[in-house]
Amino acid sequence: MHMADALISPAVGTTMWAATAGMLAWSSRRISRSRDDRQAPLMGVMGAFVFAAQMINFTIPATGSSGHLGGGLLLTALLGPHAALLTIASVLMVQALFFADGGLLALGCNIINMGFFPAFLAYPLIYRPLAGNGRSKARLITAAIVAAVAGLQMGAFGVVLETTLSRITELPFTTFFMLMLPIHLPIGIVEGLVTASVLAFILKAQPDILQEYQPTAPAGGFLSFKGLVATLAAVALLTGGVVAWYASQQPDGLEWAIKQATGKEELQSPQQGVHARLNSLQQRLALFPAYAFRQDAVKAPEAPPIKQPAPDAGNKAARQETSLAGIIGGAVTLALIFACGLLLRRRRASA
Amino acid sequence: MTSPLSVLTDLDQFDLLATRDITVNRIDPRAKVVVTAIFIVCVVSFERHTVSALLPFFIFPVALISWADIPFASLGRKIALALPFALLAGIFNPFLDRESIMIAGAVPVSAGWLSFCSILLRCLLTVSAALVLLATTGFHGICRALERLAAPRMLVLQMLFMYRYLFVLAGESSRMAMARGLRSFGKRGRGHGSAAAAIGCLLSRSIDRSRRIHEAMLARGFQGRFHERLQHRTTWADAAYVLAWCTLFIALRRYDLPALVGDLIGRWLA
Repeated sequence: MHMADALISPAVGTTMWAATAGMLAWSSRRISRSRDDRQAPLMGVMGAFVFAAQMINFTIPATGSSGHLGGGLLLTALLGPHAALLTIASVLMVQALFFADGGLLALGCNIINMGFFPAFLAYPLIYRPLAGNGRSKARLITAAIVAAVAGLQMGAFGVVLETTLSRITELPFTTFFMLMLPIHLPIGIVEGLVTASVLAFILKAQPDILQEYQPTAPAGGFLSFKGLVATLAAVALLTGGVVAWYASQQPDGLEWAIKQATGKEELQSPQQGVHARLNSLQQRLALFPAYAFRQDAVKAPEAPPIKQPAPDAGNKAARQETSLAGIIGGAVTLALIFACGLLLRRRRASA
Repeated sequence: MTSPLSVLTDLDQFDLLATRDITVNRIDPRAKVVVTAIFIVCVVSFERHTVSALLPFFIFPVALISWADIPFASLGRKIALALPFALLAGIFNPFLDRESIMIAGAVPVSAGWLSFCSILLRCLLTVSAALVLLATTGFHGICRALERLAAPRMLVLQMLFMYRYLFVLAGESSRMAMARGLRSFGKRGRGHGSAAAAIGCLLSRSIDRSRRIHEAMLARGFQGRFHERLQHRTTWADAAYVLAWCTLFIALRRYDLPALVGDLIGRWLA
């Protein structure tokens, strides 16, 4: 599942590298704050352990092939998400340099596919709730299998997305998707089984390991406030920037109803009086009338809001307009909310 | 499968190449990392049907291989190991994209074949650049370069620790794998049960080892950073190195050299 440089474009590669660099910096800061000096040699040895463990092959029953442990989920269960991300990142870096397994530009993508998804999504959202306190073997096995499968599926989906967005290979999205995801299903099941077996073994042999190196959870839950804000901001950007492209051009509920009633999608507002004056004011102020760039500042006050022609899938310029509108809109909304939050906090403090 | 220890020592050979005292190895590791990064970005930034414009980029790995005396045979073997993945991904291109966009003499060439060749060339270029970086800088050099280029200290520390104990643990696991193989009568172990026990055993030994290592290092005054002997000073020559290569890459990216040369020859012949 390691992506090669040959299949990636600079835009995708550098974006993913930027995201990875940010996450690595954040994880490093969280770990050094914990002031546990044992972390560094432990993480180093764990990284080397993952390498060594990947060399122990086993036969997969009923398929006649052999497989080996991936290690992402196991590392997270033992070290916690931040340390696990750093460890996986270093393992992938050595694999890219020494084994040419995965390119250097694609390293950012690989760290996200094989590090971020198991450590920050599969582990806290799937493994931890299912495994409970980690004492019951059956729950452990179920949790490990489901989390491993989910993590690998997310990673495989990441590979598909990054490759098709780079547009170097001709494989269409659906074909690639239908090839990658089903293949990683049995791989995920096996990984989950091996992870569960190893964890069960440790539970029997040295149960204190599972408790000892788990970082203490922050008081407010898994994500700190800043982390939460950052996540929401990212989601907003993504939604505004990308998902907005696929916004339906069909009339929304109200416009549909109006169309059924009057034959037009919008009602003409009166040309005189308060209505007209407020309308012209709105036209002058609006930065993105109808979610696209202003066409002509002079024409706008004379007519009711112009409905831009529906951008079809291939119309790049229209898409960029909508993306930019989405991103700026998202940023302004977030800023307003944040400002409100600050104001309210000061109010409460002074009350 | 070859013994894991032999695989690692074979690759260690590349890292040892970086310890030789030759001119290339003395260049500031940051310069080499930056040049490699820009090389890779330039190579992958071409449009997907580019073939001829990629060829001049081979000057970078070829120049460094001869300048640093890197054994071509082992380099070739490692590149050959990395090719199949790119091949697998690109092999669909000739079948999916049959639009003919070029005539070579009397034979029309489809765009799919061009993009397939492009993928192969990109793979060769990027993989050889990464291996050449390893052979001229070494793992320690790259870690130091990353740290001075503002990588998080914890990550670099962890990588250096991991690298040290990679070979130790690989030796231990290869002995374990051999012991298990000798007891499984020709098959590869007895299913995932025994593999899990072996891995679990390896894990507890690793954790114990890390405890002992940490205490030993504390007893010797470890305070959170490794100290490296300063092997070279950064001079203007290093900046010139970066500038020269980057100018070349950007020029080659901007102007299609083989096309220009072919044009000139064509005009001269006509």
